[in-house]
Amino acid sequence: MALVTDTAVVAERNLIRLTRAPDLLLAFTIQPVMFVLLFVYVFGGAIQLPPGFDGDYADFLIPGIIVQNIAFGGFVTALGLNEDLSKGLIDRFRSLPMARPAVLAGRTLADVFTNLLSLVILVITGLVIGFSFATGLGEILAGVGLMLLFGYAFSWVFALLGLLVSSPESANSLGFLAVFPLTFISSAFVPVESMPAALEWFAEVNPFTIAVDAMRALWLGAPAGNAVWGTVVWSFIILAVFAPLAVARYRRAAGR
Amino acid sequence: MPSLTAVPTTAAAKPPDRSTGPAIRATGLRKSFGDVVALDGVDLEVAPGTVLGLLGPNGAGKTTAVRVLTTLLRPDAGEASVCGLDVVADAGELRSRIGLAGQYAAVDENLTGLENLVMVGRLYGMSRRDAKARGGELLESFELDEAASRPAKTYSGGMRRRLDLAAALVAKPPVIFLDEPTTGLDPRSRLALWGTIEALVAEGTTVLLTTQYLDEADRLADAIAVIDHGRVIAEGTSDELKARVGGERLEVRVAGDQAERAAEALAAMSGVEAPTVDGASVTVAVPSGRSGIIVEAVRRLDQAGVEVDDLGLRRPTLDDVFLTLTGRVADDETTTTQEAA
Repeated sequence: MALVTDTAVVAERNLIRLTRAPDLLLAFTIQPVMFVLLFVYVFGGAIQLPPGFDGDYADFLIPGIIVQNIAFGGFVTALGLNEDLSKGLIDRFRSLPMARPAVLAGRTLADVFTNLLSLVILVITGLVIGFSFATGLGEILAGVGLMLLFGYAFSWVFALLGLLVSSPESANSLGFLAVFPLTFISSAFVPVESMPAALEWFAEVNPFTIAVDAMRALWLGAPAGNAVWGTVVWSFIILAVFAPLAVARYRRAAGR
Repeated sequence: MPSLTAVPTTAAAKPPDRSTGPAIRATGLRKSFGDVVALDGVDLEVAPGTVLGLLGPNGAGKTTAVRVLTTLLRPDAGEASVCGLDVVADAGELRSRIGLAGQYAAVDENLTGLENLVMVGRLYGMSRRDAKARGGELLESFELDEAASRPAKTYSGGMRRRLDLAAALVAKPPVIFLDEPTTGLDPRSRLALWGTIEALVAEGTTVLLTTQYLDEADRLADAIAVIDHGRVIAEGTSDELKARVGGERLEVRVAGDQAERAAEALAAMSGVEAPTVDGASVTVAVPSGRSGIIVEAVRRLDQAGVEVDDLGLRRPTLDDVFLTLTGRVADDETTTTQEAA
């Protein structure tokens, strides 16, 4: 019970913070919109959509860019935890009679809300520039749920990252180093068939490709294969590995 | 600025659980970080309702000792308990009896003063309503009520320290740990914080305070433990420690080259040790209980025709204590090892 209450208290704190640091909120809203516009209007015309894909590049891109953004969403957690660590707030939390995982659970729970926000903004942007859903409400909502789960899993990766690195700057660079290749060598922005063989192989086993394919299936009615369940399984694997690692690291976290 | 000595009457601390035993006890605490030995067998005992000042230079092991006692670090060896609760076995229960305020003012800068206190109160298990009421009470007594709804990032350094201390007090814990509470504060804020801490102790709270400031330990602590290289090298009240250094000293500064003549005159006094001469000043160790020394010294110096610039009895300071015990001055950082955090 204490875990639920404490997690809610920490999540509330992180959401309050977000409203007090509007620049962060701005990054959540403006940056992905900029990416959508750049991709659609700069690269969109040059990219050959896979044969049999029913729609234009905006339809192709929106699920991909949503997956990328949701995966990036946990960055706030890495930066925030690292700041808490260096400012001594983690010491304070660890000296309080609160449930041990609550600081991380609250942090990652807050990410679910920010991820939902960025997802809504991206969908609206997409609808404005020509994206359209080809499926029913149930599948659309299933897609939203799937993304929130996927993002939640990645938040725990970022939680661990935030506790391990020495500064917010290095969290930033390491995060970008990991997320950029993973999301770009996937079906998010271009058809994987257009890549060199080695990259194509990597792109096909990449969980991001699986997540993007799942979203295209749920929102555009593209053939799903095992993508939807694959994404669920990947999410739980990531959670099962990184949540315990992050909590173990938190228990030992020494402020300075 | 009005004094900050008032704490709310409702802030009376819960009595420590096992009132017969010490509030804080540590025996043979050891902790190393790689090759750096931070604690090398520390023994401490703090009686309920008293203040122990843990005094030592940077890197002496003060912070590590606090981190072990507040369950942030596990000791490699030895035992420690707070309110009779073991720091390892009963860590969860122990945390509900302690408050920690550190030198880094651990408050959330983006939350307001009140939001910070409500958050901490709720994490101690208080209801939102109780936490709010208690937070308001503390903000008022710490003179932060006008800033209660401003984000803490707009606070001055002194205000943050007060908010940090208030956060440690939200749940009225019987034992408070203050890790260098006034480091980096201006003199006025320091005095104000001292007043607050004294008021807390008057309410029955047990305090363990680390400091590198001898005057701070002198003013606040009932007992002082001097720690160096991870060991407690001396313990006692401020007076006891000073007595270890020796009794009072008569210091005389004379004009011109009359120091030798003055020394001769002072050596003739009964019951004093041989004077030492350093330039124009002469120092005579005076055994405690020897009375009338100033009058006699003035008379003898006058008779010898010595021209006196300054004359006074000096009690040893904690600086003398530290110098005597460790062979270096308290703020000498050149020989310290890195403070293992």
